Amino acid sequence: MCALCGVLGGAGDWTDAAARPGLFTRNVDALQRRRERINRVACAQRVLAFYGLTLSDWQGASFLLSTQTGKTELVDGLTHLWSAAERLIGRPCDPLDPSLVARLEATGD
Amino acid sequence: MTEFIPVNLITGFLGSGKTTLLQRLLADPALADTAVLINEFGEVGLDHHLLERIDETMVLLKSGCLCCTIRGELSEAIKELYSKRERGLVPSFRRLVVESTGLADPFPILSTVQADPVLRHHFRLGNVITTVDAVNGLGRPESIKQVAVADRLVLTKTDIADAAAVEALIAELRILNPDAPLLIAAEEKIDAAALIGDRFRSALRAVPAPREAPHGSVHSFSLAFEGALDWTMFGIWLTMLLHRHGTAVLRVKGILNVAGTPTPVAVHGVQHLVHPPVHMAAWPEEDRRSRLVFIVDGLEREAIERSLAAFLGLPASSIATGRVLAPGDRKIANY
Repeated sequence: MCALCGVLGGAGDWTDAAARPGLFTRNVDALQRRRERINRVACAQRVLAFYGLTLSDWQGASFLLSTQTGKTELVDGLTHLWSAAERLIGRPCDPLDPSLVARLEATGD
Repeated sequence: MTEFIPVNLITGFLGSGKTTLLQRLLADPALADTAVLINEFGEVGLDHHLLERIDETMVLLKSGCLCCTIRGELSEAIKELYSKRERGLVPSFRRLVVESTGLADPFPILSTVQADPVLRHHFRLGNVITTVDAVNGLGRPESIKQVAVADRLVLTKTDIADAAAVEALIAELRILNPDAPLLIAAEEKIDAAALIGDRFRSALRAVPAPREAPHGSVHSFSLAFEGALDWTMFGIWLTMLLHRHGTAVLRVKGILNVAGTPTPVAVHGVQHLVHPPVHMAAWPEEDRRSRLVFIVDGLEREAIERSLAAFLGLPASSIATGRVLAPGDRKIANY
């Protein structure tokens, strides 16, 4: 969703930039795309666990974001993930939140 | 593959010399194949009469401030220009320069070019060039934001300004936007190619040691950290940060040492908008640390630093702050 106008499909996600010469993206071929999606789910899960949310890949096309009680939303990519997460839990997801940071520090490698 | 047409934005507060700069730039052979789009505030446009070159690739938006009419008129004007180009009705321009009104917030203009479903397949964002009037300085919120998002700063009217005031203004600009090359328009030859050229050529430049912010809560800082980082986790962190604090992150820019990639990746964001990451051909210097510069409004450096370290699984002590980049020269020609 475009941050400016709120129109669905209005903006490409920089984390999934289309492959072009000179750009850095892992959206290059099927294998790399698949690997990146798996990695993305694992990384996001580290953060989402703090909010009691789980993320899973859905058909290699979208992600399923669910609460512990089963409320679920489909999200397209990382840019949409956080607004969906906030809708599901009813509070902001702030990466600067000291409690979240402390949790990540405690569970970090 | 089709070449994406770069779009340069010339912004700056009212009377800061945008049109004069554009006039000088258009005289340069580097901008020979350039279309120009001018946005003027008010009933009657005047600025375009000041430009000697008025031809069919020059478009005037008459209905007022760009940021108010952004999704309509700007996007339509660029599409119309592109359509004429494709139909051979106007010369095949290879660059578009948009001169905004002095009151415009640059963010919606940039966002339109990058997010519009049609435009983003034909155009890409080029440098944002911001003019700053040395006589009147900064002060208005609009001009502070225009400086913060600039890739190039052009200081104008230094010949009629007090030398001490110019020095003070340069110091202010360096705090607000530490890495944008700064050109003194009255003293130096305008190097059009350097002004409009690839924004990542200059990589990252000097960051002054943290000082008290002159403009309330807007301030800049830089972070540098050792070792290769996890690109996926960085993406999760930055999208989350910009989702929650995008309006306060006026600018984030950096070169990253990404795990599994021998050459650096440049990232560049303005508020909620992040440009497609650029894979640089080589490291600009021996230093292989990832470096990020933030220009923020009200956010604390310590909070961002600790959060980034926690997300990336780095010990907080591994992130250096303050003067972590090589001292730069303020002259654009030297980068």
